[in-house]
Amino acid sequence: MKVTFPHMGNLYICIKALLDDLGVDYIIPPFASKKTLELGTRHVPECACLPLKITIGTLIEAHDLGADTVLMAGGCGPCRFGYYCEMYREILNDLGLNIEVITLEPPRGHIREYIGQIGRLTGSFNLYKVLKAIKNTTQIAIMVDELERQACRIRPRELVKGSVNKIYTDFQKKVLEAEGSREIKAMIRDTARKLDEVKIDEKANPLRVGIVGEIYTTIDFFTNFNIQARLGSMGVETHRYVTISEWITEHIIKNGLKLPRKMDFAKAAKPYLGKMIGGHAVETVGNSILYARKGFDGVIQIYPLTCMPEIVAESILPAVERDFNIPILTLIIDEMTGEAGYLTRIEAFIDLLYRRREKGSIYGKYGKYNGRYILSGN
Amino acid sequence: MKVKIGIPRGLFFFQYYPLWKVFLEELGLEVIVSDKTNKKIMNEGVERCVDGACLPVKVFHGHVENLIDRVDCLFIPRFTSVTRKEYVCPKFGGLPDMIRNSFTGLPEIIDTEVNLRESKKNAIKSAIEIGEYFTRDKEKIRKAYEKALGVYRQFRMGLKADSAPDEIWENCDDCIAKCKMKCEIQRNESGTAIRTGMENNAETWPGIKSNRGITSNTGMQPGRNVPRILLIGHCYNLYDRYVNMNIIGKLKKLGTEIITIDMINGQVICEKSALLHKRMFWFFGTKAMGTVFHVLDRDDISGIIYVMSFGCGIDSFVCDLAERIIRRNKDIPFIVLTIDEHSGEAGLNTRLEAFVDMIKWRNVNEGNFSAYGESVYLH
Repeated sequence: MKVTFPHMGNLYICIKALLDDLGVDYIIPPFASKKTLELGTRHVPECACLPLKITIGTLIEAHDLGADTVLMAGGCGPCRFGYYCEMYREILNDLGLNIEVITLEPPRGHIREYIGQIGRLTGSFNLYKVLKAIKNTTQIAIMVDELERQACRIRPRELVKGSVNKIYTDFQKKVLEAEGSREIKAMIRDTARKLDEVKIDEKANPLRVGIVGEIYTTIDFFTNFNIQARLGSMGVETHRYVTISEWITEHIIKNGLKLPRKMDFAKAAKPYLGKMIGGHAVETVGNSILYARKGFDGVIQIYPLTCMPEIVAESILPAVERDFNIPILTLIIDEMTGEAGYLTRIEAFIDLLYRRREKGSIYGKYGKYNGRYILSGN
Repeated sequence: MKVKIGIPRGLFFFQYYPLWKVFLEELGLEVIVSDKTNKKIMNEGVERCVDGACLPVKVFHGHVENLIDRVDCLFIPRFTSVTRKEYVCPKFGGLPDMIRNSFTGLPEIIDTEVNLRESKKNAIKSAIEIGEYFTRDKEKIRKAYEKALGVYRQFRMGLKADSAPDEIWENCDDCIAKCKMKCEIQRNESGTAIRTGMENNAETWPGIKSNRGITSNTGMQPGRNVPRILLIGHCYNLYDRYVNMNIIGKLKKLGTEIITIDMINGQVICEKSALLHKRMFWFFGTKAMGTVFHVLDRDDISGIIYVMSFGCGIDSFVCDLAERIIRRNKDIPFIVLTIDEHSGEAGLNTRLEAFVDMIKWRNVNEGNFSAYGESVYLH
């Protein structure tokens, strides 16, 4: 049995650690490319959302490398993600590929069920080993996300442009050679140390932008054209609440054990979107408000075309924009998205934020200022 | 003066209007429904709504715009779930919020949540919550709901037996009045509210059927002469004549007989949908897949048309699965018609004509291998 799994940002690091520790034979599929997307688009229904297209492409490529089992998370709606596993099964079978899909369904109050599912992967069942692997995977997920946040914090402040990107992408490649959670953890710590050593401009006060939206398109750097690194290189600090570790701890572990979850975003979103409607709609609305309260300069929402929950969120965001006086840009991604057009919009948005900040600092406390704007020249 | 409550003619209007109307009228309100969908309503909806939404949601925005100045409050319940363990669609769950944030100067919105995911008993709870906006008398609300439920069941039964469901929705107020009368009579006869299980009642649709000929589900064997076409799609796509460009009327004109997904017995759908590897968690998905599996057992259906709206998340998966299952197991012609606000009527006509021609040709000439130089069509 050779296990494979779809890519989602840095998820492969966590799953690699899990499968290494459990001693399962696996293949990490190649990172998504134009070819992956083309393969996926050809076989997936046209109105399906982009993540399905990319992941199907990834799985076909992994099959070509010899994988015969897919590890996938399940769900019980109402977002389409919960039915991805079945679409994989149907589409891959119809293509004549001999792939089995193992779905990890979210436990409904029975954490034992979940552990049992993982146990099925390993063949033999050793509760201690499984629990330890889960613990280590969760820790690695948290560490990787912390590393990513650190990179986003340093990138706009670095004195030599590109130094963070070099260290970070080096890590993303090298981690493929590490084995087991112990080595991966050591590598993450090592990278964090290297990032700390990057020389930064202490006085810099970069623009701060929050990233909200559908989980896959915000996390996966291929899908969103590596937006956080690009914004960082443009001198903009980005922050994102929705992360893989948050998904693991909040959705799988706390939900499974029925522990109280972190709900400050839901509280913030309450006047605008009162109920959980699936996907990350409430997170999108709530986090936008939290960013506004924290004094961020702007928010960017990213979602794949036809994503149901995010459409609801998108139609609510103008009200947030108005009430909290924070600019919000919505970017919709599908397989036809051109990079140049996408970047132009981001650049225009960043220009707008700079101008707003400047205007704010001039008008700010002292009432009206009769001088000229420096940036726009009028 | 009676409170005027507005119901937009879109989305679940085409599922629950009889229930809402009777319930709200029993509570002493005046129910005002927006105009039938027309070009103006659609355009306004498209303007108001975000681009990414599907056509029915955009049209719904248009209907709200149509009602906004005429009513004291708007009836837009939040439908999270209408069946156990299933959801409707995230857009339904966020609909009141979408509306509230897309319009200014809205009257009060009644956005009680309907969530039967955990338990069916939540239906009456939601009804009471809605009723409490207008009256404190819980017994009155309960009675109104009971009565509305009776009429609703009667209406659904009529819908199952009739061959022109779109016409029923066109004249839904008349039909509801008739159902109400019938319920009244039955109540007087038996002294209790009616229950389901009356599928075989020949006279479910009092007075309305006579002018349209008898074509009940089991009545006529279409066999080779009249092709029978199954329409799969959301109720709001199938029964809104403007949105689907009168697809049912057009099919009838082409000499076919139609049945819709709503005419299939619920019990059968429930059993059949269990054949899926993983249970669908959408109300519509279960219904459609149950119907598809049911069709595999039936021989009297000559073609299937799946009406989907562009951008519908649920349709994108369900339609693909349905197509795969049908193609794998049976040689029934299957076509997907996607509608959006740009759909041209001519394109739809061409496709429907080609589809029906193909079915008729199959029935007549499928076994005919023409000899050299001879046309398959015998003149």
